[in-house]
Amino acid sequence: MSPPTAPLLSVRDLSVVFCQGERQTCAVERISFDIRKGETVALVGESGSGKSCAALSVMKLLPYPSAQHPSGEILFKGQDLMSLSESKMRRVRGDDISIVFQEPMTSLNPLHTIEKQIAEILALHRGITGAAARARVIELLTQVGIADPASRLGAYPHQLSGGQRQRVMIALALANEPDLLIADEPTTALDVTVQAQILELLKELQSRLGMAMLFITHDLGIVRKVADHVCVMTQGKIVEQGPVEQVFARPTHPYTRQLLAAEPKKEPAPINPDHPIMVKTENLKVWFPIKRGVLRRVVGHIKAVDGVSIELRKGETLGVVGESGSGKTTLGLAILRLISSEGPVIFMGNQLQGLRFKEMRPFRHDMQIVFQDPYGSLSPRMSVEDIVEEGLRVHHPKMPREEREQRVIQALTEVGLEPSTRFRYPHEFSGGQRQRIAMARAAVLQPTFVVLDEPTSALDMLIQSQICALLRKLQRDHDLTYMFISHDLKVVAALASRLVVMRHGKVVEEGSAAEVFASPKTDYTRALFAAAFNLEAASEGVVAE
Amino acid sequence: MDARIPATIPEAPISTPVGPVLAPGKRAWLSPINRRRWENFKRNRRGYVSLWIFAILFVLSLFAEFIANDKPLYLHMQGRSYFPAFVTYPDTAFGDPGDPNLFGTAADFRDDPYLKELIAKKGGWMIWPPIRFSYDTRVSRPPSPFPSKPTWALTAQDCENAIKGNFAKCGEAEMNWLGTDQQGRDVVARVIYGFRISVLFGLILTVLSSIVGVAAGAVQGYFGGWLDLLFQRFIEIWTSIPELYLLLILSSVLTPGFFVLLGILLLFSWVRLVGLVRAEFLRGRNFEYINAARALGVSNVVIMFRHLLPNAMVATMTFVPFILSASVMTLTALDFLGFGMPPGSPSLGELLNEGKESVTAPWLGLSGFFTVAIMLSLLIFIGEAVRDAFDPRKSFR
Repeated sequence: MSPPTAPLLSVRDLSVVFCQGERQTCAVERISFDIRKGETVALVGESGSGKSCAALSVMKLLPYPSAQHPSGEILFKGQDLMSLSESKMRRVRGDDISIVFQEPMTSLNPLHTIEKQIAEILALHRGITGAAARARVIELLTQVGIADPASRLGAYPHQLSGGQRQRVMIALALANEPDLLIADEPTTALDVTVQAQILELLKELQSRLGMAMLFITHDLGIVRKVADHVCVMTQGKIVEQGPVEQVFARPTHPYTRQLLAAEPKKEPAPINPDHPIMVKTENLKVWFPIKRGVLRRVVGHIKAVDGVSIELRKGETLGVVGESGSGKTTLGLAILRLISSEGPVIFMGNQLQGLRFKEMRPFRHDMQIVFQDPYGSLSPRMSVEDIVEEGLRVHHPKMPREEREQRVIQALTEVGLEPSTRFRYPHEFSGGQRQRIAMARAAVLQPTFVVLDEPTSALDMLIQSQICALLRKLQRDHDLTYMFISHDLKVVAALASRLVVMRHGKVVEEGSAAEVFASPKTDYTRALFAAAFNLEAASEGVVAE
Repeated sequence: MDARIPATIPEAPISTPVGPVLAPGKRAWLSPINRRRWENFKRNRRGYVSLWIFAILFVLSLFAEFIANDKPLYLHMQGRSYFPAFVTYPDTAFGDPGDPNLFGTAADFRDDPYLKELIAKKGGWMIWPPIRFSYDTRVSRPPSPFPSKPTWALTAQDCENAIKGNFAKCGEAEMNWLGTDQQGRDVVARVIYGFRISVLFGLILTVLSSIVGVAAGAVQGYFGGWLDLLFQRFIEIWTSIPELYLLLILSSVLTPGFFVLLGILLLFSWVRLVGLVRAEFLRGRNFEYINAARALGVSNVVIMFRHLLPNAMVATMTFVPFILSASVMTLTALDFLGFGMPPGSPSLGELLNEGKESVTAPWLGLSGFFTVAIMLSLLIFIGEAVRDAFDPRKSFR
């Protein structure tokens, strides 16, 4: 911890209210915290707890006038930012305080080269142009660890990977050597391996440049790794704050304790070597052709899944892990025959490959999928009942209405939702509840095999562990077989009985989960585990970038 | 911030069901989204008032026969009821058999003095609609040569001329609120019937072209690939055909009538929605809930109708009022050029054309202009309000 000098940023009694018509929503309620020079303060909380809102109000970037501050002051170097005019505030933004957003895909302008975007800030705040600006841009890109920066100057955002884009975003934020960097979930959209690298980078830059950092995250692991001081937020209030070691060792507020205990319980399904084989693939390939020229000649293939053979026995959970782009989701979709593939797919002794849409239908009754995004996987224009009932309409068209309704109610109860909410629409539910609806949709048909495509990745920690418990309960009650696709190794470790590690469409390692976690054989798997469990960046060349 | 219910944090444990308590399940007839849209629509006063005015005018014009007709709605004579507005009676039905002055032709209750006298003599009485002209009724005793002025605007001099001709005194002239056209037909009656036919034509054309356009766009967007490619090229060629010339040629080959015109205009107007719906389907077919439906084994047709169409309908709905006004305009324009509805039918375009030809009779041009202008303005105002109501980003304060 840094010595107790006067704080660089001091937020006192800050509230944020959103007005929508006559309705007022209080997003942040009377929060106070200090950041000293060189210190990292983390704001932790679930989505909707108001943490991003609090950070954005420091920059005054909220949608005024529909957002209002009924109370509070924000003192930055002794100056009250609340009373600052917009033109003076603009000078503070980017010069003294800068921000890195969560989504590196959308926070860079896709139409400008990265040189132009960084140089613009330099010209705006420092008046540096021409050769001097170019030199500074290269220096910044070197600082954030972009290899061979001079040749990257003319690159457009889409030519960079997610991690590289986030590095450029950080370079943008650092361009004017700010005193305070606000990082709003800077690694949430990235792979674990890349996340570790970015965290490393941020820490290193901070100690080199001596800036203070306000770090917003929902991941307690990251807090422990990077922060000095932590503020725990829930429902717009800071319920607990203090030095990281103290809060983690002796949490006082029940919410903090709940949050710390939220890690999903490690209780994987047993391996059953004598059970019948449920799903089997042999040398499964999904190749997307690359076409060039006037005649659209096929010049090559993108090998999303390249010769994968797996075997899954009844009652097991197969965890499929890997970085994004490793082909794990594609593998799941290919097994369900939702995209075309080559090579046999055998489901309960039946060859699925080559079956036509109508011939597939009887099998769809037994194989289901739950998608990652609980916001995208439910049709916004159908009520919950219609959504859950749909499968019954397809597979039991003659089932009487009352019975269908009974099945829907049963499925909703099973996933822990109040059946009387079935006439509501998806937007009225929270992320966790929506994921439960998606599970009810799969469960209502009483399938035997379910592909879970990152079902917990978009959810908060607390909800994650609840969903894990629910998945486990459903598996036990119905003797389900899961294929669990995830990049979140903690959740996989909690559920998977066997593990497949994928990279570039190929299986690099497989075996029983316990074995693989205990003694990974390949460098790649080791790097993946180090990044996921200890937030440690791997040595170069092993993982992406 | 967003429309979600405030996240109940921490979420309740698994064993007890979560989710806010709802008054025991009743399905609302309007989904919450649509209810909000309706509220937003109502909040746009101009659009809301326009909708009411338009609806009232349209419903009234649907009952045009009760408002403007040259036959009485009801006739009571010697204990018997007659409905001349709906049933055509021969004039012999009202006289004694063998009356030499009756010829067995359709009874003319307006202008046949003998019949009127006969009915009055037998103690019969009639209920007339407020305007005693239909769209094709010629004024039998005009106060001046056609086109004649609105009756209330007749000057003393006009009256004198009129008295010389047909009347004993000026007040006897029949009331033509907006005068008559060149053929001596009452303008008010023609405006009422013309409005009805324009709006009906527009509505039918809009509905049909929406159905065709949405279906074509849906198929292209959902299946994509070669089908999409070929269809798009076809539409490009099709839209490059000069519409008006083809209409002129076709209407000289086919006898123009309501349905012939509808068919010809439909050939071109369906294209308008295709691009929009196609884009919506292209975007929508990769949504996860579409994949989820596919994983359930739902067939393509059902996916298109149940899952994708409701989303595409938002974009479609915002366009519909504008397509409606465009259809009304097209019909009016064709009538104006003389290639529209067959001669004699009530048409606003024809009224405008007459206004153009007889500069000395400003009531023709003005009535036509104001009818068309008010009708189109109402439709545009409604369209704007609908568009804003469907815009999720627009907040009304």
